[in-house]
Amino acid sequence: MAKPKVATASLAGCFGCHMSVLDIDDRILKLVELVEFNKSPINDIKKFTDRCAVGLIEGGCCNEENVRVLQDFRKNCDVLISVGECAIMGGIPAMRNTIPLKECLDEAYLNGPTVYNPAKKIPADKEIPLLLNRVYACHEVVKMDYHLPGCPPPADTIWEALVALLTGKPLKLSYELIKYD
Amino acid sequence: MSATFTFTIDGKEIKGQPGQTIMEAAEAAGVYIPRLCYSKDLRPHGSCRVCTCMVNGRPQAACTQPAAEGMVVENNTDELQAIRRDLVEMLFVEGNHFCPFCEKSGNCELQAMAYRLGITAPKFPYLWPDRSVDASHPEVFIDRNRCILCGRCVNASKDADGKNVFQFVGRGEHKRVAVNAEANLADTDLKGTDRAVAVCPVGAILVKHKGYATPVGRRSYDQKPIGSEIESKRK
Repeated sequence: MAKPKVATASLAGCFGCHMSVLDIDDRILKLVELVEFNKSPINDIKKFTDRCAVGLIEGGCCNEENVRVLQDFRKNCDVLISVGECAIMGGIPAMRNTIPLKECLDEAYLNGPTVYNPAKKIPADKEIPLLLNRVYACHEVVKMDYHLPGCPPPADTIWEALVALLTGKPLKLSYELIKYD
Repeated sequence: MSATFTFTIDGKEIKGQPGQTIMEAAEAAGVYIPRLCYSKDLRPHGSCRVCTCMVNGRPQAACTQPAAEGMVVENNTDELQAIRRDLVEMLFVEGNHFCPFCEKSGNCELQAMAYRLGITAPKFPYLWPDRSVDASHPEVFIDRNRCILCGRCVNASKDADGKNVFQFVGRGEHKRVAVNAEANLADTDLKGTDRAVAVCPVGAILVKHKGYATPVGRRSYDQKPIGSEIESKRK
């Protein structure tokens, strides 16, 4: 039987959750036996080449590209998991959610105390993904099947969740493995 | 007067003293009823409703309801735990709770309650309210983003400190903790050592210059769920 495939993405995140995946230490050898990685920054595969059993999403949606990537993952993954606080509630990027977008951009590019911008232009190149009005949690954009909280989630949390899902066992996290920081 | 009486919580016989609430009698018997706004030594406020139990088939707040002979109390049922989960999730979405960088994380009763109830993500829409921070005081700050309106600071300031520093203003989603001063917290007679500061269950009222003092792993709720200290007294 072919190995189940796993895909991962970092949206509006800091890659800390991906570091936590690597933090499973030598169990990564077992993980490679258990699964094959498809689209992921870990192997630098840019496009889905096959249907995946599990998709791990780090970070929330702060721009239109994040939304498109997340929708692509939903289409190509059987089970989609929010990994970490940013995916679950927006995290640090969501600190801008109580401030209107225009005020954020004005502060960053026009009014901030260290800004040097003689042209008084706010970047609007079409190569730059358009910012959303606020940062959205993944489950506000597509259906997410599971949430693994933490900043980042402990390596054991990610390991337990992956092994349970890939071996068809119920996902039951013990008290120490649910943490929000 | 020793007119003790008995009632049951989840089928277990509990001894009550006259004048005790269900919460107090349960705690004395080592039965933990989840709660957020209730704090021992303060007048019960009954505002968070997390301690809601079915009392003779009707929902009642255990922190305000007096215990009585023959009462049948349901506490740890699937239905009540689901309601408590909903209440705690609503508190998370109606404030701005950034656990990853909050100084109170690991010692926060709201977070600990969510851990105990096994919440991984709230099911309700995030509201992202615009709330204010008052950092004018040299020893203490208020971050209203994290406030859950439990009322502990209001009661403690009045009853324990005798100062009346805090009060509620506004109604519904506009309700907030205000300070009893012309302008800011700095204009009150609040001290960092006041009971009103210590009783805050979340990171809304904190003493300055003391953040992140305890390493991760050794904080109050890192290893054991909130309430386990009460449950360990159970005979």
